Amino acid sequence: MPVNRLNELFARKNGPLLSIYFTAGYPEIDSTLKIAEALEKAGADFLEIGFPYSDPLADGPVIQQSSQKALENGMTVELLFEQLKDLRKRLTIPVLLMGYFNPVLQYGVEKFCKSCADAGVEGVIVPDLPMYEYEGMYKDCFSNNGVTNIFLITPQTSDERIRKIDQLSKGFIYLLSSSSTTGKNLALNDEAEHYFSRIREMNLNNPTMIGFGISDRESFRKAAEYTRGAIVGSAFVRILGEDNYLEKIDGFIRNLKSND
Amino acid sequence: MNNYQVNENGYYGDFGGAYIPEMLYPNIEYLRQHYLNIMHEPAFQAEFQQLLRDYVGRPSPLFLAERLSEKYGTTVYLKREDLNHTGAHKINNTVGQILLAERLGKKRIIAETGAGQHGVATATVCALKGIECVVYMGEVDIERQAPNVARMKMMGATVIPATSGSKTLKDATNEAMRDWINNPLDTHYIIGSVVGPHPYPDMVARFQSVISEETRKQLQEKTGSETPDYVLACVGGGSNAMGMFYHFLDDEQVKLIAIEAAGKGVDSGESAATTLLGKEGVLHGSRSILMQTPDGQVVEPYSISAGLDYPGIGPQHAHLFKVKRAEYVSITDEEAMQAGLLCARLEGIIPAIESAHALAYLEKMNFTGKETVVVCLSGRGDKDLATYMKFFDL
Repeated sequence: MPVNRLNELFARKNGPLLSIYFTAGYPEIDSTLKIAEALEKAGADFLEIGFPYSDPLADGPVIQQSSQKALENGMTVELLFEQLKDLRKRLTIPVLLMGYFNPVLQYGVEKFCKSCADAGVEGVIVPDLPMYEYEGMYKDCFSNNGVTNIFLITPQTSDERIRKIDQLSKGFIYLLSSSSTTGKNLALNDEAEHYFSRIREMNLNNPTMIGFGISDRESFRKAAEYTRGAIVGSAFVRILGEDNYLEKIDGFIRNLKSND
Repeated sequence: MNNYQVNENGYYGDFGGAYIPEMLYPNIEYLRQHYLNIMHEPAFQAEFQQLLRDYVGRPSPLFLAERLSEKYGTTVYLKREDLNHTGAHKINNTVGQILLAERLGKKRIIAETGAGQHGVATATVCALKGIECVVYMGEVDIERQAPNVARMKMMGATVIPATSGSKTLKDATNEAMRDWINNPLDTHYIIGSVVGPHPYPDMVARFQSVISEETRKQLQEKTGSETPDYVLACVGGGSNAMGMFYHFLDDEQVKLIAIEAAGKGVDSGESAATTLLGKEGVLHGSRSILMQTPDGQVVEPYSISAGLDYPGIGPQHAHLFKVKRAEYVSITDEEAMQAGLLCARLEGIIPAIESAHALAYLEKMNFTGKETVVVCLSGRGDKDLATYMKFFDL
C-alpha cells in the first residue's frame, strides 16, 4: 500500500495546516476538479470534497444550499467517482470525501471504500455514521481498502469516548469548535479555549484539527494555537457562489494563511 | 416467542440504531440511559396517568360501530382517539415527553410538525407546564394549515418556518434536529412519531401503547375476549399504529394491518406508500425503510392527508414488515375520502383523513361475519374540513 498522503502530511509539515471543504458539483456540475486544483495551487494543505445529500442535518444554510444546487446540477456519488478518476494525475495533496451515510449505504459501503481507494482518496468523514455502527459493521471495509474514517468530537464528548475515538482513528480527529451546525462563527470564549486545552492535554495518539466556525485568518490562527490546524467550509463555499469564483480562490487561501 | 421489541443496542432486527452526528450523541445517550428509569418511577406514572385521565380525557371509548358493522358484515369497533383533547392520539406522547423533559431538567422544548397536530399537542403541554416551546413547520405546511398555526400561537408557541429543501415535514424535522445540535444543554426535542434515533421509537411507542392497553380491557368487557381478530391503523411515521399494535404484538393470532397512503396511486409518482416504494436506508437518525432515489436522496412523498405524508416509517414498523408480523397495505386519496364520508354518514363521526385510510381498508377485506375488528380512529376530521369541502363540493 502506498504511504497514506494524509499521515505523511501530518508527519512532515510544520506550521498550521489548512483544509478546505467544498461541495462536489457546486456551483457547476464539472467544477469539482477545477476547484480542487485551484486550492492546491493556492496552498491548501488538504481537501474535503462533499458529496451532496437531500437532508444534511448537521449543516447550516450555506452548505445546505450548495448541496441542493449540486443535486439539481445532477451530482451523484457515482458521478463524483467518475470525476475523480483523474484525481491523482492532477492533484498531490490529500483528499477526503465528506457526506451523509445514506448515499454511501445506497452506493454500497464496500464499493464506496473500494472506489475511494481506486481514486486515491485517503479518507472519509460521515458525520451521521456513529462509532458503534462503524465499529460493528463497517470498520473492516474501510481498513481493508486503506481508507481512513475521520471522527468528530464536540465540547460535550466525554473523555472516555474521546479515548475510544482516538483508538479507532487513523489520520486525525475533527474537533468541533462548539456544538453547532456548520457556518457559525467560532466563539473564542473561555469555554472554547478551555475545551481546546483539555483536548491538548489529553495527549491523544492522533493529531487534531478544528472545524465548524472557522471563517477568517483570525479564527484560523487561533485554532492553530491549540491543534494542528483548521478546516474552513461555509466561508469558502460562500465564495463559490460568487461570479468568477475560480479567480478568487487564490486570494482567499493566501489571506487565510498570511501572517500579517 | 418472537421478539418485536427493541434490543439493548437500539435495534429491531436490522432496523433502528442511532445514526446521529456526534453533536447529538450526549443528548441521545443521556436520554437512552434515563428514559426507562424515569418512565418507571411511581411518581412519574402517577402524574402521567392523572394527566391522561383528567386532561386528555382517557380512557378513550371503544365504540361498537353498528352501521359500519352491518355494512361490512362483521363486528367493527372504533378506538376513539379522536375524542382526546386536541383531537388526536398525538397528545398521549407529548404528555409523556413533557413530564420526561421536566425530570431531565430541560427548560425549552422543540418539535417538528407536518399538518400541525403534533405541533398543537406539543404547544398544549408546554402551555400546561409553562415551558418555552418552539415548533418547526415547513413553509408550505404553514400556508396549508393556518388554523393549527393559530392554535399553536394562541398557546404561546413560536412557530418557525422550515425554508430548506421541500419545505415540508422532513425539512421541519431537519430544522428541529439542527436546533437541537445548536442548543444541546437546555433543550428537549419532542419527536412526534415512532421515528428518529434510539430511544425515540421505543419511547414514543411506549407512550402511545396506552391505546392498545385500554383496547384489551375494553374488548374483554364488551366481547369476553381481550383480543380481536384484526387490528387496523394508518401509518405515516407510525405512532398511532404502533400504539394500537403494541399490546397485541405477542398474540400472533391477532392480524395487524397497517395502512399506508397510496396518494394518487402507488405507481402515480405521487404516493407515500413507503413499504411498497421504499428501500432500506437511513433518515433522521434511524435505519428503516425510506422512499429514495437510487443515489440515496430522499424523495418527497405525497398524500392528500398531511399526517401520512412522510417518506419513511418507524424502524419497528420496518421490522414488523420484514418479519411479516404485520401486513402493510395502501389506500388511495379517493378511497380514503369516500371512507371518511361513509363514516360520517353511517356513524355520525367525521374522521381525520389519516384515520379514513384505515377505515377504507374495511372495504377490501372479506369477512365471514364472526370477526372482531378494531380500527384506530386516530384523529377527528375538523382540521380536514376544507379538504373534505373541496373534494366533495360540499
